[in-house]
Amino acid sequence: MEIIEIKNLVKRFPMGKGEFTALRGVDLNFGKGEFAGLIGPSGSGKTTLLNIIGSLDVPTEGSVTVLGRAIGKLNQKEAAQLRKESLGFIFQSYNLLQVHTVYENVEFPLLLLKLNVTERKKMIMDALEWVGLTDKVQSKPPQLSGGECQRVAIARAMVKRPSLVLADEPTANLDAANSHNILKMMENLNQELNTTFLFATHDEKVINYLHRKIFLLDGKVDNEEIIRNH
Amino acid sequence: MLLAIKLAYRNLIGAGLRTWLNVLVLSFSFVVIIWIKGIMVGWDHQAKTDMTQYEIAGGQYWQETYDPFDPLTLDISHALIPAEVMPEIEAGDMEPTLLIPGHIFPNGRMQGVTIRGIRSGQSIWKLPTEKLDTVVDAIPAFIGLLMASSNKLETGDLVTIRWRDANGTFDAAEILIVDIFSSNVPGVEAGQVYIPLERLEELTLLEGHATILSYRDPEAPRAELTGWTLKPKEVLTRQVDELIKTKSTAQTILYGILLLLAMLAIFDTQILSIFRRQKEIGTYVALGYTRREVVGLFTVEGTMHAVLAAIAASIYGLPILYWQAKVGWTLPMDASDFGMAMAQTLYPVYTIGLVISTVLLVLITTAVVSYLPSRKIAKMNPTEALRGKLQ
Repeated sequence: MEIIEIKNLVKRFPMGKGEFTALRGVDLNFGKGEFAGLIGPSGSGKTTLLNIIGSLDVPTEGSVTVLGRAIGKLNQKEAAQLRKESLGFIFQSYNLLQVHTVYENVEFPLLLLKLNVTERKKMIMDALEWVGLTDKVQSKPPQLSGGECQRVAIARAMVKRPSLVLADEPTANLDAANSHNILKMMENLNQELNTTFLFATHDEKVINYLHRKIFLLDGKVDNEEIIRNH
Repeated sequence: MLLAIKLAYRNLIGAGLRTWLNVLVLSFSFVVIIWIKGIMVGWDHQAKTDMTQYEIAGGQYWQETYDPFDPLTLDISHALIPAEVMPEIEAGDMEPTLLIPGHIFPNGRMQGVTIRGIRSGQSIWKLPTEKLDTVVDAIPAFIGLLMASSNKLETGDLVTIRWRDANGTFDAAEILIVDIFSSNVPGVEAGQVYIPLERLEELTLLEGHATILSYRDPEAPRAELTGWTLKPKEVLTRQVDELIKTKSTAQTILYGILLLLAMLAIFDTQILSIFRRQKEIGTYVALGYTRREVVGLFTVEGTMHAVLAAIAASIYGLPILYWQAKVGWTLPMDASDFGMAMAQTLYPVYTIGLVISTVLLVLITTAVVSYLPSRKIAKMNPTEALRGKLQ
């Protein structure tokens, strides 16, 4: 079952008096439970593609369908609904809410889903257990290491059990040991919960973990490797 | 909305000192605005009470030619008391006052005065008229503190007084100051000499005449009297209302400036928040908020400063305001120079309406000030915001 269908995707940005084309006719499909990555140098269009899949941006041409919803046709509210219910995001710089505790950060997506306290508490503790941070519940991001922050971000992305997690350079700010821990953790979650993970990266450490590698160059799919079928 | 309140509260508490500085400034505004408004209400209350107790009672009839702003007409501003009000006068619910222009000669100087003939047994004013009920060689008289201090007169002093009778003939006699009263109402003190009504009628050959008829009950229906103009209480206190309105405008400007300073702090904080928290804004959107909801969150966050300020103000402001209501605020200058009913010490009066209107004023103003800069978020590109790129 395909959860992402991308057809002839073109994305152009205005630049000065002209335009810059970030994606030039991308065709891709992703199925449930994939652990795939968009690989390419800076400017290859991987983050742009990830943003469009995440309904944070819209295609200029072509179509992107995520979980049966056409991204280009969603209004702001529908796009927010899709992100709230079905998507998880992991960012390079963690993007944690600095004044909130670890617990509150992980709780945020559940608050948006209007779950009751008991449900929330159970789901948060489960998520923190996955990432091994149950002892840091009351800590705030400035009190955590980079690796711990990224683990909180993973817990936040996973807590609502989304169908799809989009991770943009998740290990770029981490050392090798932390990167491996994080990637191993995500791989485990992918296998245990059958959540689709889609990375945007040029980090070798991440690339080595991917089950499917899509190489982008100048806004086009240059090459694709399937290491392991999901 | 509940979620926005919850998040806003967390964000504000998490922001620490920045939040508390804004809250402190805003809470100070709360306290000062309520205090200023309370002083105005208190002054209004006190001025009207004093006027009622010392001057206008429940309302008055003025002899039709009487004009308090034209002393030259005072000579002719009197008429026979209408027969239809005599039962009320006899019952002590209406008091006739006869006003005659005259002069006194304190310490060798000449001072123009209004001689007020008043019944010693009256009970509608707090004036010490019972002191007039005495047998002395001179005419017993009492005066206000304002008059006494400007003319250096004391109880027991004998002063020559001159007047013209009904035929226009000058006459003079001695008055004995039997009492000096203090009222906070300059109109009943400055240049006023109170003597028994029957003595004044005798001196001026105006038996049964009066200039003003003051009645006790402001609620009772009043009939029209030929040759007399009805002046209900609200008409007589209108001057106070207008004066307080004028003063209130000035005070509004004062607390408007104070509020403006507090709002500047909130506005500045909001601008800074949006500038510094771009990543956070992008994160909210990525996690499932619409941009409009983020605008709402930031607006609630700004507005919550006012809520916290109200709480802070109630913690330290209530005791201060209560204490002020007890001890009052003593004017730094002599209130008698103001020429209006004003006590030297004003006691603020805080009504529920005053407190609610102040809280609403500050809340609404803060909400508007918080919303204006937050609108920028609605135009932000979330992907740029996520990267913390300034927009």
